[in-house]
Amino acid sequence: MRRLVYLACALLMIAQPRLSLAQGSGPTPELANRQLADPAKEKAASQVMHALRCIQCQGQSIADSDAPMAATMRAEVRQQIADGKKPDAIRQWMIERYGEWVSFEPDMKGSGLLLWAAPLLLLLLALFMARGLFRRKS
Amino acid sequence: MIAETGLAALWLAAAMALLQLVGGLTLIRGEGRLTPVIKPAALIQGALCVVSFASLMWLFYTTDLSVLLVASNSHIDKPLIFKLAGTWGNHEGSMLLWVSVLSLSGAAIALLEKRIDTRTLQATLAVQAFVALGFFAFLLFSSNPFERLFPAPVEGAGLNPLLQDIGLAFHPPTLYIGYVGLSVAFSFAVAAMLTRQVGPAFARAMRPWVLGAWIFLTVGITAGSYWAYYELGWGGWWFWDPVENASLMPWLAATALLHSVSVLATRNALRAWTIMLALVAFAMSMAGTFLVRSGILTSVHAFAVDPERGSFILALMLMYTSLAFLVFATRIGTVKQGEPFQIISREGGIVANNIFLSVILAIVLIGTLYPLAAEAMGDKISVGPPYFNKATVPIALLLMIALLLGPLLRWRRDELKRYKYWLVAFFAVSLWTGVAIWRFVPGVGIFPILGLALSLALAIAAWVPLKGRNLLRTPLPVFGMVIAHFGLAVSVFGMAAESGFSRETLTALAPGETTKVADWQVKLDDVRPVVGDNWVATEGQLVARNKHKNFVLRPQSRQFYRPEQQTSEAALLTRWNGQLYAVIAQPDENGDGRWQVRLWWKPFVTFIWFGGLLVAFGGAIALLGRMFRRPKKPAVNKWAQA
Repeated sequence: MRRLVYLACALLMIAQPRLSLAQGSGPTPELANRQLADPAKEKAASQVMHALRCIQCQGQSIADSDAPMAATMRAEVRQQIADGKKPDAIRQWMIERYGEWVSFEPDMKGSGLLLWAAPLLLLLLALFMARGLFRRKS
Repeated sequence: MIAETGLAALWLAAAMALLQLVGGLTLIRGEGRLTPVIKPAALIQGALCVVSFASLMWLFYTTDLSVLLVASNSHIDKPLIFKLAGTWGNHEGSMLLWVSVLSLSGAAIALLEKRIDTRTLQATLAVQAFVALGFFAFLLFSSNPFERLFPAPVEGAGLNPLLQDIGLAFHPPTLYIGYVGLSVAFSFAVAAMLTRQVGPAFARAMRPWVLGAWIFLTVGITAGSYWAYYELGWGGWWFWDPVENASLMPWLAATALLHSVSVLATRNALRAWTIMLALVAFAMSMAGTFLVRSGILTSVHAFAVDPERGSFILALMLMYTSLAFLVFATRIGTVKQGEPFQIISREGGIVANNIFLSVILAIVLIGTLYPLAAEAMGDKISVGPPYFNKATVPIALLLMIALLLGPLLRWRRDELKRYKYWLVAFFAVSLWTGVAIWRFVPGVGIFPILGLALSLALAIAAWVPLKGRNLLRTPLPVFGMVIAHFGLAVSVFGMAAESGFSRETLTALAPGETTKVADWQVKLDDVRPVVGDNWVATEGQLVARNKHKNFVLRPQSRQFYRPEQQTSEAALLTRWNGQLYAVIAQPDENGDGRWQVRLWWKPFVTFIWFGGLLVAFGGAIALLGRMFRRPKKPAVNKWAQA
């Protein structure tokens, strides 16, 4: 049994570089805790990182987490920003890999539409309810 | 023996609550034979809860490991203050604290409240006992804090190291007093509906209790935010995390209630709405307790979670809330909406306050529960800071605009043109600030700009209600209001400055190397190991330099044992205009002797919490004024009568 496990590990280790080759060059792990040189790009990356959930932790964004998984994802975000990818495309890329759960900002479509419409609807509802309180000017 | 005493006291307290409730029921049936028992029972119930809670504290103080709760949450090596704080740093203990505060507030009503008629007071105590009974049942049947463990272990399991912090020793009790204090408003509201006494007298009696609970909530949230800021080590001060939302929602409801209750007290208007808010506020408290205690939502703060117990609290919450709304629905027909008023009036301003706060509350509630609803439908989605910020900040800004003028207006009816110079002044200040930032500091978002602009206008506007008053004869609550509103301006200024102007440097430094953040030169002098009571740490010595002045910061990366966990202890350098926030993390991956260092310069960030404390301080001043009100001079001359 143990041998099988070793074998599986060994196979994985061999397979790993090929996997990353197939994905194109992966991010440099240093980017997890290093800023991009260009402040504008770093700012864009930071916004993306704050809007992505660390899926290993409880309710933290990947920008605010010490978890290894979050570090990998930060590196990925910075790398893709450095490669000139648009923030929204990166978000979609993450959602494709980790599911809707990873994004802190639900899309404005389908069930998310109601969520985004809620503030305006609530405000209108409240104003409608309050109108009876006021006395008309005579 | 102590554990058994505590448990017995808890059972007896529950019996007292039952007695109180039965007494109250005879009241409703009209005969009122058992009503004399209500007041003494409330007092004894409070005393018994004190005994019970003190027993548990004693068990934690002596680290009695034959008690399951102590064994699984404490450790013989822990510093004394955290042994004591361990009493409420866990599920059972915190629920015992919850019930004790509930009973004590019941006892306090019985002892202190002299402003409402006897029947309403008795009904209030009965409702309070009814609420307490549910939570006694919860403790005794599913969360007994005094359960024994046999055989007793040699050492305990320890307390989550994140919780071993002085701020956290006092944060949960503060919030709980606030949460549970709202139960008093709830009981008052239900009782007043039952005895048909909804009116100014009832509002004046309820107001100090709401104010008191609200002060504790304000302090609790402020302290919790600061705790998250320095303890979690990433420089954020509000994460829109479910547990934070759970504390924010009762606060929003209580803030709205605080304002509407003063309309009811002064002008006998907004009756049904005030009752509604009192019910909602306590429902939100229970929902908060449920969300925190059930573990149904994942959260940075969810330390002690258990789904089964969650369903018990959920059942209690649904029962109390639905019963309360049932009373509301059947009795509200008899409660008239009250005196009319025009839109441009003090009442109108407070209605605006209530509308905006309620909408924010609803957004937070929907956003917090949305993932649950979606999951039930088979969608796993997250709703986080980007949504909450975009959805609530615009409404909070509208609230601030309303606040510029609201406190100046007269009751019943007023004219905007009386305030045209003030309006122009506020507008000019806001516009000037906004344009200056937009023009000279590139890349600041629209929300921070608007926040700064409006907070400066509000910082002035907050004091205007004092204009033309004789300050010596101004009632304390007016000062309280002015201070609280000014505190809000200070807090919003801090929030906007922090989110608009923070500077961040993430780097790796070898000892001797220097980096830069904002105007600071920061040098890593040395890294060395440090040993604490129940942890070991790597401590970095950073020297921050700003215009010829040196400051030393010592952030640590701590490794706790029992339970094993790694935490970052940030080092903060506080200047009047902001904080330098330094964190040292693991050695760099390359293994070249560098250390990961995270630095932030956060301008005016401390204003957030100073502002919060000012708000609470304003509340305290107002509370003093409400409690020790100078008796009004009798309208008729005494001598003339005689």
